[in-house]
Amino acid sequence: MSRPVRLAMFGLAGGVTAVLLVLAAFALPGFGGSRHPYRDAAVPAAVRHATPNVISSINFDLRGLDTLGEETILLASVVGVVVLLRPAADERVREPRIGGRLLDGTRLFGYLFLPITTTIGLLTVAHGALTPGGGFQGGVVIGTGLHLLYVAGSYRALKRVRHLEVFEYGEALGAGAFACFGVATGLVSGAFLANVLPLGSFGDLFSSGSVLLLNCSVGIEVASGVMVLLAQFLAQDIEVEQAEGAKR
Amino acid sequence: MTVYPYLVAVFVFLVGAFGIVRSRNLIHAVVCLSVAQAGTYLLLVAVGFQWKAPPPVFGSPPTKPTLKVTDPLVQAMALTDVVVSGTVTALLLAIAVQVAKRQDMSDPNELAALRG
Repeated sequence: MSRPVRLAMFGLAGGVTAVLLVLAAFALPGFGGSRHPYRDAAVPAAVRHATPNVISSINFDLRGLDTLGEETILLASVVGVVVLLRPAADERVREPRIGGRLLDGTRLFGYLFLPITTTIGLLTVAHGALTPGGGFQGGVVIGTGLHLLYVAGSYRALKRVRHLEVFEYGEALGAGAFACFGVATGLVSGAFLANVLPLGSFGDLFSSGSVLLLNCSVGIEVASGVMVLLAQFLAQDIEVEQAEGAKR
Repeated sequence: MTVYPYLVAVFVFLVGAFGIVRSRNLIHAVVCLSVAQAGTYLLLVAVGFQWKAPPPVFGSPPTKPTLKVTDPLVQAMALTDVVVSGTVTALLLAIAVQVAKRQDMSDPNELAALRG
């Protein structure tokens, strides 16, 4: 399809979609109004399960099955990236070059914030049921925060500390633990991912039953996933090169 | 004024789609997809908003649960969406890297046939 034809087709289809979406927007309840039926159902349900963070309660308790699906998309994407970016037959892995200059300020900032960022990430995961945050957010903070070691140190320093197999197992473990927990609760209570654990008292760190556990398993999975993903892209840029004499 | 945020969401979504259609670079196309997805987050969060209502979190500082909060359901959807879209973007970028290496180009218009 040539470019002008494609643009014309998009003009037509996009115009129709725009009209329909604008009409739909005018039929929605007004912005900022007080009509939220899902909220009215979700907030009391979360409070019954002793989970102050209603968003975490929805993700890991009320609609845990959706999160299992999303987690599987995440796992599949990570596996896809690993498969796509592995060195091909006509490529080889070289030793990363040493060198490059680093500002002292960058190094200081990086090493100062490495422990702080990782701790904040762990806290975000652990308090997912109480305060804003949870496994998804904390996992991303941990996974990217560990790369301060690359920014402030070197690729070699990152490789020495980051054992990729650990994170590959962590990725599988996080996803597997979520699914196994779902099956176990299904056997015990008859409902997949039902909150069968002791609920504790509202607002305590060890409360909200299974939300805490599932938060941690998602945190492990997301942190490991981010580590594995970034490792593939970094290796592609720094380590993988065309083998000599290979034809594209 | 009460539809303004929804119209912004529609605009962002369509601009992203338009960017994909007229893209001359695979990386550009992936970024445009992220822009279109940002439109959906905006719609979700706008649907759940309520004037003068705090976020649906009662743990910090501990407060008495009340129904007058923003809608937690759409926020939960937007949250998982953001993480999943991040990893899917990574997958698409990995495909772009392979296309650039195998076919030595990055313009989606030149992508005529699949090649190993």
